[in-house]
Amino acid sequence: MNINKQQAQKIAFILFRLMSFSVVGVLLIILGLIIYRGIGTISWDFLSQAPEQGMTKGGIYPAIIGTLYLILGSSLFSFPIGIMSGIFMSEYAANNRLIVMIRIMTNSLSGVPSVVFGLFGMSLFVNTLGFGDSILAGSLTLGLLSLPLVIRTTEESLKAVDYAYREGSLALGASKLQTIRNVVFPMAFPNIISGLILSIGRVSGETAPILFTVAAYFLPKLPSSIFDQVMALPYHLYVISTSGTDIEASRDIAYGTALVLVTIVLILNILANLLRRYFAKKVKTN
Amino acid sequence: MKRFIERFVEGLLLISGSVTSITILLIVLFLFKEASGLFNKPVIEEGYILVTNKSNPVNELSSYQIKQIFDSEIVNWDEVGGKEEAIEMVRLSDIDKKWSMSNEDISKKINDLVDDHSGILLYLPMVYITKEFKGVILDQQTIRPVDFFGGQEWYPTATPAPQFGLLPLLLGTLWVSVGAVALALPFGLAVGIYMAEVASVKLRNFLKPLIELLAGIPAVVYGFFGLVVVVPFLRQVLNFPVGETGLAGSVVLGIMALPTIITITEDAIRKVPYATKEASLALGATQWQTIYKVIIPYAKSGIISAVVLGIGRAIGETIAVLMVTGNAAVMPHSITEPMRTIPATIAAELGEVSVGSAHYQALFALGVVLFVVTMILSIAVDFFSLKKK
Repeated sequence: MNINKQQAQKIAFILFRLMSFSVVGVLLIILGLIIYRGIGTISWDFLSQAPEQGMTKGGIYPAIIGTLYLILGSSLFSFPIGIMSGIFMSEYAANNRLIVMIRIMTNSLSGVPSVVFGLFGMSLFVNTLGFGDSILAGSLTLGLLSLPLVIRTTEESLKAVDYAYREGSLALGASKLQTIRNVVFPMAFPNIISGLILSIGRVSGETAPILFTVAAYFLPKLPSSIFDQVMALPYHLYVISTSGTDIEASRDIAYGTALVLVTIVLILNILANLLRRYFAKKVKTN
Repeated sequence: MKRFIERFVEGLLLISGSVTSITILLIVLFLFKEASGLFNKPVIEEGYILVTNKSNPVNELSSYQIKQIFDSEIVNWDEVGGKEEAIEMVRLSDIDKKWSMSNEDISKKINDLVDDHSGILLYLPMVYITKEFKGVILDQQTIRPVDFFGGQEWYPTATPAPQFGLLPLLLGTLWVSVGAVALALPFGLAVGIYMAEVASVKLRNFLKPLIELLAGIPAVVYGFFGLVVVVPFLRQVLNFPVGETGLAGSVVLGIMALPTIITITEDAIRKVPYATKEASLALGATQWQTIYKVIIPYAKSGIISAVVLGIGRAIGETIAVLMVTGNAAVMPHSITEPMRTIPATIAAELGEVSVGSAHYQALFALGVVLFVVTMILSIAVDFFSLKKK
């Protein structure tokens, strides 16, 4: 059968559409399964109690709190440094060799596998600096891991601000730093925040970097200082679905934990998208 | 004063600008520092030695030869460069079992054994060697780079000679990631092209956040999904003897690599100048002809980046792969076998080793390999995209 070029186009586009929807379908299957099987486990007790009976009963409260601590700790480290670095890259960096070098390094750092960050964190923070398996060591490791994302978001958000605003401010006699602080940065802020929110999502789900720097297998007690170990949601899910005392008996808990993790990511994603839309509107009306 | 503060803040910005470079340098420094001791480690446990009869011409054995002898895969001295004679392998525990006696007696017994049996190979702690010892102590070898980079067995708990061969893990990593990209690539490219060129704005605005969500789902959730869906599917529907195989890893990783491939492909295609497309359309080409004859060739380097970064992501992924590939550290022959990747090995074993041991250093050496491979991939991508500009 001979097909003409219009028919070829039709077939190709239908195929592309089918493939696009099958990708969406995979996403929906994953989400659907986890919501369907996990929703029954979610209750106030599940969210507020410690695990019991070899982690086949009870809740995941210590893991939720541990993940919150890690998010907080890593953000305290990566946000200030990452935002400053992003400002430098966008506003100060001329297009010379040094900057090309820094950019390549940033890109490369974002390609470094998370387990390598785990090795590095274990070697530097846990052993060399003597923090031990602790919130501090884990937060720093996760912070380093999320740096490239924070830097890139900041840089891109700042670059998206029209150059005319900078020139206007400079023409009025403001210094470069004043221009950045009072004009450019506030305009880019919602977009930066939406990027930071996504980086929190990434941090909350990472398992490999916390394996050897902070995560505890089972620890019903909450941490009392930054030198304590904590449980964390992703590690908890890994443990109870592969090496728990009774894998079958803890399946429901596993689905519940997965649902909590996915919900966190879902909420953060929606939040980031809303902020981005708000930003887009704001710039348009300007 | 104000000028001073401005200078100070600008200095701070410059310093934080270099933070990623410093991090990379530190990673290199610490990974190499931890891994470097591996090639100074003896092939057998420290404090232990191998002894032979003095008439035996063999005076050194490689790590792998020792392992094969103790696994009874090598049974004759002529296989390791000696005379034609059966190897009589004795461990200290064998002596203990046969004759219970005091330490001095053991020393004497060992001496007699070594002297009487010309084919003997004894593995024992150094403390039992006395002055009047009549055997030959084999040269204490250290682990050689070829044992690591060319080693075909990863068996870190083997005694007396643990095996730290990279090859089975490297091949496992390659099988799983190449499989993942092969599965993800057609879909990734199709969706990327569709979103950039074909889909309406409305459809694109619907797809885009979903793709982002796909990128945001934690790896451990993908691993869990693989464990409860993909693995049973392979076993029950496709009748695999075991579900935990390289293929299960490829499927899970393929899904995880999709957002990377889609986003980069879409960006690359969006960068194609409008005039180029219009010229093609004006010549009477259909939109589809324009896509595959003009746009795709034009965006080729971007699409290659998508593939390379997708592979990079797949090679480094740890936890999801660890959960579904079955973790058999043997040389894989096909993707339908259980296998184990480099990152999964690090994650699975690092928790159980003591700091500074050969096993610990070998795991860091794996980290170095992983780091170097992913660095090469990202720098290659950067290099090509810079050159293009």
